[in-house]
Amino acid sequence: MSENDKILELKNVVYSFRTYGGEVKAVRDVSFEVRKGEILGIVGESGCGKSVTAQCIMRLNPEPPGFFEGGEIFFNGKDILKMNKKELRNIRGRDIGFVFQDPMTSLNPTMRIGKQIEEVFLGRTDISKSEVKEKALEIMKLVGISDVEKRYRQYPHELSGGMKQRVMIAIALVSRPSLVICDEPTTSLDVTIEAQILDLLLELREKLGTSIIMITHDLGVIARMCDRVIVMYGGKVVEKGTVSEIFYNTAHPYTKGLMQSIAKLDTQKGEKLKPIEGTPPDLFFPPKGCPFAARCEYAMDVCKDNPPLEYQVCKEHVTSCWLQHEYAPDTDIKKQGAVAIEKGEVK
Amino acid sequence: MDKKEKKPLVQVKHLCKYFKVGRHADLKAVDDVSFDIYKGETVGLVGESGCGKSTTGRCMIRLYEPTSGEVIYDGKDITKLSKAEKKEFCQKVQMIFQNPYASLNSRMTVKEIVGEGLRQHGMSAKEADARVQELLETVGLNKDHMSRFPHEFSGGQRQRIGIARALSVNPDFIICDEPISALDVSIQAQVINMLKDLQESRGLTYLFVAHDLSVVKYISDRVIVMYLGTIVEEAETEELYGNPKHPYTKALLSAIPEADPDKAKNNRRIPIKGEIPSPINPPQCCRFAERCEYATEKCFKEVPKLREVAPGHKVACHLMDKQ
Repeated sequence: MSENDKILELKNVVYSFRTYGGEVKAVRDVSFEVRKGEILGIVGESGCGKSVTAQCIMRLNPEPPGFFEGGEIFFNGKDILKMNKKELRNIRGRDIGFVFQDPMTSLNPTMRIGKQIEEVFLGRTDISKSEVKEKALEIMKLVGISDVEKRYRQYPHELSGGMKQRVMIAIALVSRPSLVICDEPTTSLDVTIEAQILDLLLELREKLGTSIIMITHDLGVIARMCDRVIVMYGGKVVEKGTVSEIFYNTAHPYTKGLMQSIAKLDTQKGEKLKPIEGTPPDLFFPPKGCPFAARCEYAMDVCKDNPPLEYQVCKEHVTSCWLQHEYAPDTDIKKQGAVAIEKGEVK
Repeated sequence: MDKKEKKPLVQVKHLCKYFKVGRHADLKAVDDVSFDIYKGETVGLVGESGCGKSTTGRCMIRLYEPTSGEVIYDGKDITKLSKAEKKEFCQKVQMIFQNPYASLNSRMTVKEIVGEGLRQHGMSAKEADARVQELLETVGLNKDHMSRFPHEFSGGQRQRIGIARALSVNPDFIICDEPISALDVSIQAQVINMLKDLQESRGLTYLFVAHDLSVVKYISDRVIVMYLGTIVEEAETEELYGNPKHPYTKALLSAIPEADPDKAKNNRRIPIKGEIPSPINPPQCCRFAERCEYATEKCFKEVPKLREVAPGHKVACHLMDKQ
């Protein structure tokens, strides 16, 4: 993989919120990269920091109370954290699009659909009004909105949930960004509509070559859409790799637990689901060692107090778990030939 | 289990629930729905949002007064109960709600929430306390939690409190209205397993209302699929998932995102055109007709009847006539 393939890179990002109750450490040392044209999935439970991570990339979190404690975010080689307001504004919506979770509340109810899509071009002098409208109508057609001239003049309340989500995607894509971040784009939709939206995103990736970050808690969505996956837990990345590596060569107990705890279509009647006991960690006082140690059935003494090293299972698969250590007992999690990555070492 | 000999525990007959939304407009949330539930089984009720599945559940416990039709529980029509009979009915039938954040009174302690039903049914405070403690232990909480308020609990724990409340009066029949859809993935399995264990130990009957088809398949013995206020298909779980007959059921099943990349990529999906139409003054024909790729002229003229096409397998579709 050459350097040019990376469109976005996060390096050791630490992001916290100052609240009256203390500091919430929402994102703790997260690193990953997004490549050109790929769909990267971020999966995890609520409160694991996946949405905050995504919003960090566009600096959408209110600051204060949020603040960066450290790390760098490179977008096309430039550090987003060092940009001033004007530079940020140029990136938001233009180079990076964002599709929010809830289309019912994230559209402005007092603005016509067309105007909301065109808002991205507000303040740009290099493009005429009629061109803007042309672009808006074109993107509306592309995302499968019928009767565009009529919809262009309608208000959000006149559209159904699926249609609103299409409008959200149109807003994110209208300026042809190189990266689109989708934060749970289908969670509030029905399965048949969800299938339509997911197909649409895949199709748009083919047509426009956009990279997509797909944030979800649904492993089914990940399996269908993504090329690579990041599994987050307690503000940390616990495992990352290609979809097939994560699903078929799972190397972290949390990922494994997540997969065993869901009812699949081929789960037999008598078969018991295997839940992950306990609850996620309190991020006011994040655990010193592995965030999953308290709920992990394989947990060893070392897990509680020492944050695990990252282990390279194969070329495209990294996991943070002490079970990969050479002295760790043999379990189905332990992979042959996993090597620890020293901090800073390039794979 | 031979159902021919068994008497159904709950019979829903031609249930309709219309909401007035204007002078000449009725929102037909549930329109002529009939089905039976037998003792000890779990019936899954699935469909997309707005198909009337929750309204059906709510009519069955009299949270809504049905517009017409009957709900017969244990031989008695629940809309015509006397005061004493109604109290008895409330003890036999309970409900678990979707949103554990909204369904617990935030000003009441857990003890009061769970014990409220017990006190209503004439239990002394002391007895009720002991019973609440026992119930909390059944659902995996402990007696230290009794004096706490709902905001001190996580979503999964709140849902457990909701379940304890439903169990408190020793019901026979529980309506679970999307009991897990507000919970995290790893917590969902805890609640599903608990519901299954409770069913085994107490011989409960469930109506499981949900939109997650994988979970419904896992937990139900029989499944009813609803679309826009009507039942389109009803069958034993294995039969329905293995051999769906109605075009809508087929499309719905093929849309499930499977958590298995190889299968997900090979899976051929059947797309449905458009979106669910408005249930306000729906046309008097097959409700699915305008989105159905097999629709014929007849589908736009006549309402299809729910007919048995194989033992225990009922479908409401005109396409079944030809076969």
